[in-house]
Amino acid sequence: MKYAYYPGCTAEASGAAYDATSRMVAKELGIELQEIPDWNCCGATEYFSIDHLPAYALVARNLALVDADETPQVIAPCSACYINLKKVDENMLKHKDLRADVNEALAEGGLSYTPGTVRARHFLDIVCNEVGCEAVREKSVHSMDSLILIPYYGCYIGRPEQNFDDTENPQSLDRLLSGLGAHVPDYSLKSSCCGGHMPQIGMEIALGILRRLLDLAAKLNGDAIVVPCPMCQLNLDAYQSYVNSRFGTDFHIPIVYFTQILGLAMGMDPSTLHFGENVVSVEPMLEKLKAAQPIEKPKKKRDKKALPMPLPLSQDKEQL
Amino acid sequence: MSYDPNTVMGQILDDLPGGEKLKTCLQCGMCGGSCPSGPDMDYRPRKLFAMIAAGLDDKVLRSNTFWYCVSCYLCTVRCPQEIPITDIMYHLKHQAIESGLYTTDAVGFSETFVGQIENYGRAFELGLATQYYLTHHPLGGLKMGPMALAMMSRGRLTLRPHKIKNMSQLKAILAKAKELGAKK
Amino acid sequence: MKIGVYTCHCGSNIAAKVDCEHVAEWASDLEGVEISRDYSFMCSSLGQELIQEDIQKLGLDRVVVASCSPHMHEPTFRGACQRAGMNPYLCEMSNIREHASWVHEDRGEATDKAKALIAASVSRVRYHEPLFPKQAPVNDATLVVGGGVAGIQAALEIANAGYRVYLVEREPSVGGHMAQLDKTFPTLDCSACILTPKMFEAGNHENITLLTYSEVEKVSGYIGNFTAKIRVRARSIDEVLCTGCGLCEEKCPVRIVDDVFEAGLGRRKAVYRPFPQAVPKYPVIDREHCTYFLKGKCRLCEKVCPTQAIDYEQQDRVLEVEVGNIIVATGYDAFDARRIPQYGYGRYPNVFSALEFERMTNAAGPTTGKVLLRDGVSVPKSVAIIHCVGSRDVRYREHCSRVCCMYSLKFAHLVLEKLPGADVYNFYIDIRTPGKDYEEFYHRLLEEGTKFIRGRAASVSDATLGEEEEGKLIVTGEDTLIGEQRRVPVDMVVLSTGLEPRHDSHNVARTFSISCSREGFFKEKHPKLDPIATMTDGVFIAGCAQGPRDIPDTVAQGSAAAARVLSIIGKGQVEIEAAIAEVNALTCVGCQMCIGSCPYNAIDFLEDRMVAEVNEALCKGCGTCVAACLSKSITLHHFTDEQLVAQMMGAMDTLFALEPVPMEA
Repeated sequence: MKYAYYPGCTAEASGAAYDATSRMVAKELGIELQEIPDWNCCGATEYFSIDHLPAYALVARNLALVDADETPQVIAPCSACYINLKKVDENMLKHKDLRADVNEALAEGGLSYTPGTVRARHFLDIVCNEVGCEAVREKSVHSMDSLILIPYYGCYIGRPEQNFDDTENPQSLDRLLSGLGAHVPDYSLKSSCCGGHMPQIGMEIALGILRRLLDLAAKLNGDAIVVPCPMCQLNLDAYQSYVNSRFGTDFHIPIVYFTQILGLAMGMDPSTLHFGENVVSVEPMLEKLKAAQPIEKPKKKRDKKALPMPLPLSQDKEQL
Repeated sequence: MSYDPNTVMGQILDDLPGGEKLKTCLQCGMCGGSCPSGPDMDYRPRKLFAMIAAGLDDKVLRSNTFWYCVSCYLCTVRCPQEIPITDIMYHLKHQAIESGLYTTDAVGFSETFVGQIENYGRAFELGLATQYYLTHHPLGGLKMGPMALAMMSRGRLTLRPHKIKNMSQLKAILAKAKELGAKK
Repeated sequence: MKIGVYTCHCGSNIAAKVDCEHVAEWASDLEGVEISRDYSFMCSSLGQELIQEDIQKLGLDRVVVASCSPHMHEPTFRGACQRAGMNPYLCEMSNIREHASWVHEDRGEATDKAKALIAASVSRVRYHEPLFPKQAPVNDATLVVGGGVAGIQAALEIANAGYRVYLVEREPSVGGHMAQLDKTFPTLDCSACILTPKMFEAGNHENITLLTYSEVEKVSGYIGNFTAKIRVRARSIDEVLCTGCGLCEEKCPVRIVDDVFEAGLGRRKAVYRPFPQAVPKYPVIDREHCTYFLKGKCRLCEKVCPTQAIDYEQQDRVLEVEVGNIIVATGYDAFDARRIPQYGYGRYPNVFSALEFERMTNAAGPTTGKVLLRDGVSVPKSVAIIHCVGSRDVRYREHCSRVCCMYSLKFAHLVLEKLPGADVYNFYIDIRTPGKDYEEFYHRLLEEGTKFIRGRAASVSDATLGEEEEGKLIVTGEDTLIGEQRRVPVDMVVLSTGLEPRHDSHNVARTFSISCSREGFFKEKHPKLDPIATMTDGVFIAGCAQGPRDIPDTVAQGSAAAARVLSIIGKGQVEIEAAIAEVNALTCVGCQMCIGSCPYNAIDFLEDRMVAEVNEALCKGCGTCVAACLSKSITLHHFTDEQLVAQMMGAMDTLFALEPVPMEA
């Protein structure tokens, strides 16, 4: 399996751990990553609001730099990069005028891009749906059964369109982590927003949002929140102490990338998995993993008085 | 009903693919109820849409609503009329900048970010924060200090921006795109 | 040939966009046109008399009426011609309303199009031939499909008039959704109390053959003379011996969740009657869950049955019945709230669907009428009712389900009645109370203290904050009247799920040769003037199968469908369409391509002469066989090749004359 690879700007600083562990995990899973030469920023959520066409041209330059014949799919580990690459490709395909304008701009740099030739994929999608949870499990040597892991997807896994997972109740990360043996509770805020750029422009709102996320994770006794996005990681990790001082709470929940958990499961040395870069210490989680005390799953008691409960749609075999 | 192309509504209808759906807003409040930054917006999206329909363009463009939008797309996927609300928020930011009516300094964050991309080709988080806070929130920046220190001590804030190699190519592309965009 | 052309203004419906006077004058120069007139309302008595007079005085032998759709007024103008002594098939209509004035913005363009359409008709009508419809007798039995309140009502009306009715119901008992309900709005009378007498009457009426646990598999024939194949599924109970004592049900060791009658909130046995007042009283053995059918062991019911009525060997029966008319009243499905994940149905135990709540408040339901949380013990102190779940949402169902506002108000009332002092919240977009005494009911609810929040609820979640919210469900939404986000912690959430077409409505429609509208509800012949009939003569629709409606409207439609059927039975004869296909036996090569193509099985192969022949009574004149015929031996009367070519040429010649388009060789 060979893919083009778009690390995104966070790979060079705040999300370096994600980039590094993504590359490590990819190698272990037999995924060859071909980094796009001289890639540039995707514009995040900011450029589209300032100026429409340059924002498209900015992203399209990255797509144009992909050797589409050799790697017709590009992996982005960052959720924001992923939807920007996807959005630009899809809208250029849909809107003829946009396609013409963007290509006219690209031509100034001696480039061109034919929409539909490079498909953007999130790294989580590749791991869950191309490699497959089963294959990942086969590669894993360390059970995560001593950990309660909170799957937190953030916004862009299922939005703005349902892509490889549900818009409101995604499941791929849940399945991946439970496949590795971890205890994975139903985290109802799993696709809520982490606040995005709000710490920069409205700290009070951002802290409120983060508090709710942390509060529910703590209630579920999460040993860590597992994320597939560097923005979610940054906000939950770097501002956790701010939440504590603002609301008088005492959260110490490590925020780890799903690639780091995969690394642990596949037997990689924790010291190579960049846990030292976390602001909230990951040590307690690693200690618990080392102690390897499996979590006892609560036994389901059949309560005779209880009324029957509808099955989730995904488990209802009769669904249409 | 047709709208004057110079109004906020007219521009959304003309420029934005799917923008015509804005006319079908039922005022149900799904967007406002779903919005994570809703509590601090001047007006929730629903109300803003009513104001756009009523032609209160000045008030609309001066509001902080779209600057506070975090692009989470929750409103978009839940809207029972399939109005592309997040895209409309992007469009309103653009309209607010064009008209010069914005009052919030959130635009500063976006502009700082864009300025970096245009200079380096990549985002430079430390530079972004420093530049933004120095110019917009000198005191707010002090509050961010502990976080920046924590990040830096873990090697998560680089001191120097990464610059792409072929900056001249990117500059040429962006310049042309701006030129084409301005013609419209 | 003398052709009369009549251009209708339809008030301003046509005249606003088509210059009718000019068109009429222009048409008078067309070949063969003897007289061309325009008039404000051709369909009025005066308009029709105008045509009749011209036929008689001027000796017209063809008539073209340029007005609305033939769906609307073809019978009117054919009737006028017939009264004046002309064969009705010599009259042709040009639709210059739906096809011109209503769809064009520009008056000039609309006028040109009207000219082209009229020229096409004038050119075509020359080739029309007189046709003579045949009469067929009407079978006075009726098939009613669906044993809900609509079907029961229709069946009783017809049976009481003295005619045979076959009432077919898929479930083991009649009653439909109405039998599940507890109270009915706005009067709060007990649903079962008003329905069960009708159910009993339908089950015991001498003129009604009740076929429950049965489905119609195939229908053939035409108005007055249908044949229906009905599969009567094996109940595994001998109805002659069974006394309905219920001992088998009591002793059956299998308990499964009842997704149908109890809406998933309660359980039933493998041998069961859906509810105590079920009609007929005989239980059925659910073979998918019965231990004996699954594992070959148990037979407990057989042991305990005092009359040896258990019959494991019973087979499905397929009945064939002959009927003259059919009423399809197959009802609706409740929207599956699990499709909207942010409301948490199927995720959080204390989120309930509307039908679950109906069963909960029903004294004969799983909680004997107590309002309880999913643990079956705790009593909620606060309840949020969320309106429009699945309705008024283009991602699910665009339509308003019409009954949810009222039943949500009823729920709020019932909660307050059963749990005085509870907090009840209604999250609504608009409160719609269009019915007799409905608005008054809303006022009563306001007085009772239900809290109304105007805004579609955004989400339900278990992400509580702080001690006072502990263990509650959080409903979030915008209170649009004050413009603020609200966060309402409650113990219980009820989702007011909408009404949607039956999941198999398209298949059912195919069985009865009727069509579905975009949503999937059965399509009526005319949305306003003929909401009971369908495009297939002799097949009528009633109740929620046609669209969401409440009980009074459903009952009214059931009666209306019965009235339509009775008027056909009363007439005793039906006219069979004359515009049907005919095989030319001289050129037919006997390839039988037409037989395979005919959707109505209306073509027979005559083995002795090796040619195909059209059964006049069954042919609907669709023309499929004409296209399939390899030797061009089939003619569709009233749609002959010459007529269609002449029609096209008439339109083309006019268009080219109006605005010359260079033709290349």
